[in-house]
Amino acid sequence: MSFLSPDPIDPVALLDVFTRAADGAGAIVSFTGVVRGEDGVELLWLDHHPHLTEQAIGEVAGEAKRRFALDALTVVHRIGSVAPGEPIVFVAAAARHRRAAFDAVDHVMDRLKTDVPLWKRETSADGTSWIEARPEDHHDRARWERKA
Amino acid sequence: MRLTFFGRLRDAIGADVIDCSIPANIVDSEALRTWIGQEYPALLDPNVRIALDDVLTAGPAPIAGVAEAAFLPPVSGG
Repeated sequence: MSFLSPDPIDPVALLDVFTRAADGAGAIVSFTGVVRGEDGVELLWLDHHPHLTEQAIGEVAGEAKRRFALDALTVVHRIGSVAPGEPIVFVAAAARHRRAAFDAVDHVMDRLKTDVPLWKRETSADGTSWIEARPEDHHDRARWERKA
Repeated sequence: MRLTFFGRLRDAIGADVIDCSIPANIVDSEALRTWIGQEYPALLDPNVRIALDDVLTAGPAPIAGVAEAAFLPPVSGG
């Protein structure tokens, strides 16, 4: 189950639902990304493409499920306005063993930062600015090519 | 044809949608980029990807019969 949410997301509720559905898995790992309020950031706005963004998230999730032989995977990403302190992304993976679940979540997060059509715009007292993936993000993404 | 813009291109173009008539000699996505890029140089950046009717292109792709071309700058999700 992967989707974009224009509304605030509740990671605790999402993990509860995921854990119940993943009955029988030996390992469940989840990650919640939260908007940082540093550097005077007052608001983040996430732009997305009406079709390609959800499609790309589905492809990332599908690849991770196959590659790490997961029992289940969920990816929920916010779109629209997100305030500092609010969750922006939630990823959870269920597998027989912990290593696959940890690696799957890490892999999905690396791909979300470089391969999925989402664009962040920060608003601060200085105005607005668009964020792009950093060289470190592409380096993190490339680790999975070498491991493949 | 409808041209749509995302991320920083919204601000660079000053619009998220432009409807325009494409000259007959513009036959593929890269020719379209070069043509519209004369007006909006931000689109000439090769890191800006083009999707035709919701299908990402890699290199020149025919635009005959295409209703919408989307211009996608480098991403920043997660």
